[in-house]
Order: sequence, then C-alpha cells, then structure tokens
Amino acid sequence: MSAVRTTPRSFRIALVLLVLLAGLPFLGSAYALRIGTFACMYAIMAVSWNVIGGFAGYPSFATAAFFGFGAYCGGILLGKSWTLLAAVSIAGGAAFVAALLFGMVLLRLRGHYFAIGSLAVAEVLRELTNTASNLTGGGMGLNIPLAVKGSDSVLGEATFFFWAMWAMLFLCFISVRLIQTSKLGFGLVCIKQNESAADMIGVNATLYKSLAFAFSGVFVAMAGVLYAAWVHYIEPGDVFDVLFAVKPIVMALLGGLGSPVGALLGAFAFLGIEELVWRNYLQIHSGVLGFLVVVLLLFLPHGLMSLTQSLRSRSGRKAVA
Amino acid sequence: MLGVQVILNGLVLGCLYACIAAGFSLVWGVLNVINLMHGSFIVLGSYLAWGAYQALGLGPWTTLLLAAPLFFGLGYAVQRGILNRVIAAPVLVTLTLTFGLDLMLNNAMLVAFKADYRRLILDPPLGTWSMGELVVPVDRVIAMLFALLLTLVLYAILRRSRVGRAIVAVRLDREAARLMGVDVPVIYATAFGFGAAMAGCAGVLLAMIFPISPISSGPYLGKAFVVCVLGGLGSVPGAVVGGLFLGLIESVGSIVLGPEHAVTLSFSLLIVFLIVRPHGLLGKRGFE
Amino acid sequence: MPGPRSMRELLRLVGVTRRFGGLTAVNDVHLTVGEGEILGLIGPNGAGKTTLVNVITGVHRASAGQVLYEGRDITRLRPYQSARVGIARTFQIVQPFPELTAIENVAAAALFSQAGMSQASARASAAAQLAFVGLGEMADKPAFSLTLAMRKRLELAKALAMKPRLLFLDEVNAGLNSTEVDHAKQLIREVAGRGVTVVLIEHLMKVVLTVCHRVVVLQNGALIADGTPKEVVNDPQVVGAYLGKKYAQLHEPQHGRQSAGAQSGVADTSVGVADTLPAGEKR
Repeated sequence: MSAVRTTPRSFRIALVLLVLLAGLPFLGSAYALRIGTFACMYAIMAVSWNVIGGFAGYPSFATAAFFGFGAYCGGILLGKSWTLLAAVSIAGGAAFVAALLFGMVLLRLRGHYFAIGSLAVAEVLRELTNTASNLTGGGMGLNIPLAVKGSDSVLGEATFFFWAMWAMLFLCFISVRLIQTSKLGFGLVCIKQNESAADMIGVNATLYKSLAFAFSGVFVAMAGVLYAAWVHYIEPGDVFDVLFAVKPIVMALLGGLGSPVGALLGAFAFLGIEELVWRNYLQIHSGVLGFLVVVLLLFLPHGLMSLTQSLRSRSGRKAVA
Repeated sequence: MLGVQVILNGLVLGCLYACIAAGFSLVWGVLNVINLMHGSFIVLGSYLAWGAYQALGLGPWTTLLLAAPLFFGLGYAVQRGILNRVIAAPVLVTLTLTFGLDLMLNNAMLVAFKADYRRLILDPPLGTWSMGELVVPVDRVIAMLFALLLTLVLYAILRRSRVGRAIVAVRLDREAARLMGVDVPVIYATAFGFGAAMAGCAGVLLAMIFPISPISSGPYLGKAFVVCVLGGLGSVPGAVVGGLFLGLIESVGSIVLGPEHAVTLSFSLLIVFLIVRPHGLLGKRGFE
Repeated sequence: MPGPRSMRELLRLVGVTRRFGGLTAVNDVHLTVGEGEILGLIGPNGAGKTTLVNVITGVHRASAGQVLYEGRDITRLRPYQSARVGIARTFQIVQPFPELTAIENVAAAALFSQAGMSQASARASAAAQLAFVGLGEMADKPAFSLTLAMRKRLELAKALAMKPRLLFLDEVNAGLNSTEVDHAKQLIREVAGRGVTVVLIEHLMKVVLTVCHRVVVLQNGALIADGTPKEVVNDPQVVGAYLGKKYAQLHEPQHGRQSAGAQSGVADTSVGVADTLPAGEKR
C-alpha cells in the first residue's frame, strides 16, 4: 500500500477549510452545530489514529480505550468540580503517559497480535469501569454536571462545545502535521517501511513507536473529556464502544492512509455518509455502513486522496512531498 | 466436591470453547485473516438449530448434518467472492473488511430475528444427572461430547485427507505448496469454508445451552480470540488446549471473583499472554 | 595485500557464543580487528558469519562472551545504539525502505545515526554519498524501482552515510556480474582509504584474495583459521571445510615442493556454488 504524501499545498488548503469551519455557529442552527461537533470529534480520532496506524503502520484498535479513558477521567473530575480546562489537561497528560508506558510493552507485538492487544485494552478498561461503580457509576452511567457557567441557552452551550471541539481539532491537526515533518515522523515512516532496517540505522524504534502511540491517544482522550462534558451522561458501553475503535480506521482509509489531510477529509466524508444513512435507513444503518466499508476496501483501497492525486498527475502536475 | 464440580464445569465449558475457536484458529493460521464474522456465524448456526427445531422438529444433533454443508458453502463463497480480492493486503484491510461484512450480517439478523433472546427448549427436556453431590446438566454433556467430536473430525480431516494436508502445506509455506501444484485460492476458500462450518456447528450446539440473540456474536468472537492466543494459532490441539485452559480458569474465577468478572478475567489473560507468550501454550515462536 | 603499518585494536571478540535453542550458531569466537584493516570473513554456507555480525551489532544477544569496541564493552548494545557509536552494516538481502527515494533512504541513515544532524544537512550528506557510489542520478527514484546492483550500492551509501568507523559488508557481491564486482572492489578500497575499518563477508575468493589484508574462516560457528589470504586458502583445514576432508588430503602441499597443481586449494573456486573442481582445472 503506497503512502499518500501530504503536500504543503494540500495542508494549507485543509487549514483554510478548518478555519472556515469555525464559522459554523453563525448559521444559527443547533443541528448544524451538533453535526459539526461530531465532525470535529471524528476528525480528531481519525487524524490521531493516523499517527500510529498510518505513519508507523501499527494497526491500533485502541482509540476506544483512549476515548473512554478520557471521558471517564473528565467525567469524574468534573463531578468533583474541577474546571473543564483542568479536566482536559489532566486527562490528556495521564493518557499520554499511560500510553507511552503501556505502548513500550504492547508495541513489541506486530500485525494481528498488536491489533487484538490494543482492542483487548478497551475491553478490560470497560469492564474495570463497570466494576468500579463507586467512582464511575458502573453500569448505571455517570452524570456530569454543567461545565460551562453563564450559558443559559441551548444554542449558547452548543456553540461553546463546538468551538471547544474545534479548537481541539485545530490543535491536533497542527500537532500531527508537525510530527509528520519532524524527525519523529521521518523515523516512523522508516519503521513502517522496514523496522529492522530502521533499527540498524539508529532509529530507537521502541521509543518512537511508543511516542506515536501516546500521540495517537492524547487528543482522543481530551476529546473524550469534551464529549462527556457535552452530553452530560456517559455509560461504559457507550464510550468504550468498539465502533470508536473501528470508525477512525475506516475514516483514515477513506481519506488515504498516511495522510493527516486525508484523515481529516475522510472523517468529514464519513460523518456525512453516516448522517445520511442514519436519517434514511435507520433500521439497517449499520448494515449499510458495513456495506460502504466493504465497497471502500474492495474498490478504493487508497482512499479519496489517491483520487485527487491521480487527477493531479493527469493534469500534468507532479506531487512532491 | 465443590472443587470437582468446578473442574467439571470448566471442562464442559472448555470443550465448547475449543469448538468455537477451532475454526477461527484455522482461518487465522492458514489465511492470516481474522474473520470478524465468526461470532455472527455462530449465532446464525444457533438460529438454524432453533428454526429447524421449531419448523421441522429436528434435534440439534440432526441439524449438525445440515449446518456443516450449508455453512461450508457460505464460507467458501464469501472467501472466494470477496476476501480473496484482498488476500495479500495488510492486516488492517482484512480486519476492517470482515468487520464491515459482519456489520451487514449482524444487522440482517437483527432485522430478521430482532434482538430478543430466544431459547431452544427441547421437549422433553434432557434434565440433569446427579452423581452424589455432582450435578451435571445432560444437555451440556451432550453438547460437550459433540463439540469434542467435531473438533476431532476437523483434526482428522486436516491430518488425513488430501485437502486437509494441502491446507496444512499452504499454512507452512504457501509458495512451496503452490509450486507443488496446490491450487492456493481453492485451498484458502476450503479452509475458510471449514472455519465457517465449525462456527455454524458450534452455534447449533450452543443453542442447546445458551439463549440466542445477534447480540451474542461479539462475546463469542471475544472468546475465540482469547482461546487462540492462549492456545496457539492455527492448530486444532492449540484450540483444544486453549479452550480447556480458558474454561477452567473461568470456572475457577467465577467462584473466586464472581461470574460478572469472567469477561475481564479472560481479556486480562489475553493481554498477559500477548505480552509474555504471544504464540500461546502450544504455538511456535515467530508465527504471526 | 599487506595490512596498515600500526594497528590499533578497534574490535575485540572474547569467547563470543550464540545459541538458538539446541543449535550453537557461533561457538567461542576470539577475534581482533585492527583499525584500518580490511578483514575477510569467509566460511561455508551456514557457518555463522551473518549471525556473528548480528551478535556484534546487537540484533542477537550473545549467549556468552564479550564484544569490545574501542575498548568499551558493547555486548549488550541494541542495534540502534551500535549504529550510533559508529558501527554500520549492509545486509545480505538488501533492506531498503522501498517506497522512499534513494536520497531519502540515505538521508535517514545519516540523520538517525549521528547526533546534531538536521534533516537538511542529512540530505546534503546523502547527496554526497550517492554521488560517491555512483547513484547520483537515481536520487529521486523510489528504492523499489532500482535494480539489484543499484540497491546494493544504495545499501552501501546508507552505511557510509552513518560515518562508520567499523563497516560490515555482508555479501555485497552476491548476484552481481563481473564488471559490477570490479566496481564494488574499487568502492571498498576507496572506503577503506577513508579510514573505515571494513569486515567483508564474502564467497567470491577473487575479491577476498585481492582486497583483504587478513582473512578469518568460520566453520560451524567456530573460527578455524586466521591469517593472510594466501596462508588461509592453503590451510588444509580450510580446504577441508569447503571442499571436504578427502580433497584436502589429496591436495596437501608436499614438504617444500609443489605437488602438481596442488596450490590451487580454495583459491580457484567461487565457493558456495555447488561445483567443486579438482585442482588444476580452470572454469
């Protein structure tokens, strides 16, 4: 599977799109804000996942674990009257460190074994959350108090959370781009191409992979906090849902593996499709989703970005990294 | 006596787990594909048993004869028609693809049968045997014996028959097998067919004991995963050892920690094994 | 070819052993490599040559013994660490980063093995190394599109970009034709001329004889000979290892006199290929 390269030009275009997106509240529609907030959340997941799955080539199914971890961390802290900013920072920091340490062990596995291991972590976390009901409310769920003071209108609160999620996405996107162009990013690409060769030329693969894993989790965890604060009520089965592990992968594949811009666009496209399907085919929406995944993987394995690349090369311009 | 009861429960459970996992392990070991539809195949098999009993009065052991060829055909078709196109693709692609297929299958079952649990109630019921203080539900014993039988049949096919040996050859060295005249795509489809057949048959047996609902497909799949990692991939003995091991651990764990922790226990075990001994109790080092 | 005048010791192996389960792949090897030497490491297939290099570079941990480099114990170093202290190697089966361009491949090697490199300076260094091995024009081509001979040169460029003090070349000549081999020999001499200590794992005797200062022979994991090329190829034990004991006995040099055509020993064969020739026959 060849890597799709993100040109500086496509990065700038994506940035412009993002900035434009910030203007969504001016449409004055609560529905649009809800969709927009989800779009940003999905994009955070997809772009983050791309760091470990796209750059380093390790098929991580840990997104659900990070998301749930963040949601519950945030929910509990908010319940103890900590500020939203504090909750976000602490959950993010904790997720980063935990992922770094756990990653050192987990990333010794490759391929399928790593995939299962990362999925199993979410399962274990979910069950532990269920059992620690004194802290987390267990299966009864966790109620989260209002994190935002002074916004009395529904629209006001919706706007706040949209901008919060948007800001997180912006931060995430810029960070991932910085990683991509940094020495770490270069190292990850080498690891993906040939890990033993990377070892031999001086790449500390264990450290780099763990860092990638940590970065793939930190923004997702922080998004989890925002999600919890936004919806006011979370359950283990809800936030540790295996679909949160799989959807970011589909989004990244949809956009084009290895490209943060691709992941971003893939997330938006996916959300659009999902919303359409939900509204029109509610009963069979998961089946339709499955169908779309199958079609995508069979017929468009390099994602949407590869379409733009072939259009670009047909029009005579060369794609340069 | 409690100890013996616990061990007995564990063994019964373990045989069922072995049967659940054997087909899954075969597909994973030979094709290097994790078939996320496996759980749904099992549930479908359970529905088949239920439907056959309701409509035709067929007992589960009779339905087995029906389930095996039906599911074999289903598996063969799915592999040949869809999965074969991405057979050389990275882990990510095959995993996500089978996930998508599973979404479709599971949704279809939800629409057709609804999520409510159904039970296959045999009339007259099979009852229980009591040997002193030991209580043994007959349906479980019968299911366990058939599960063992099925697993042995699979093992015999793999060891003795031409097609079975071809499957093992492909697993050991695909290129060498191809050079010796083995039609690899057909073998892949056959192996997948066997996997599906095992799943369907396991489902028929499980229908005797557990309630049936599309919701169960996830948990069954989870069990298959754990057994494969514990026992070692791609070998029937591995599935048996892994299954029995898990069954015993869960049985003991139920008593010691409480039944609600069974899932946590099994997944924690999975993680520990992945870290310490990813090739499982019987597996060989270095096989991915 | 005579070795360098004053030889400081760069690498010393003390009783290095590596076991895989029941198999002893490297057996109690004692070896020193002097700075500036070109050392040939030869032996029949399966003798443990690549395993030995793997142990030195940290890919495998030594089951016993010590590896000393510049006086320091590097036995426990991991591959990325040995890369950073100035040890580089090429692989028998080339290991490029297939989808990266040639220059990116080499720049990666420069960037990660040396402290204080920026991506820009690594690229500049890479360009120089590519030019040195004669791949300048292929800089922007993806590695998978290069021919085998070019990939071997790319591998060498990567190793050189690491500014190694000790360089292991594992069968750089396998699969190359005669012209390409001569070119490779020239490159090796130029590399050594820059002050790099080279250990050459080779099957081609003509390369070993003409390029190496010293040759050591491995058989079944043990070192069975250590000397100048000429000494080694005429050593009966070595001949026996490659061509069988009987052949060695048949062609043992008589005291002081040359028996008819017996001085060929191992020198005429390109060992590792199944054909063994009686002495005197040319290919």
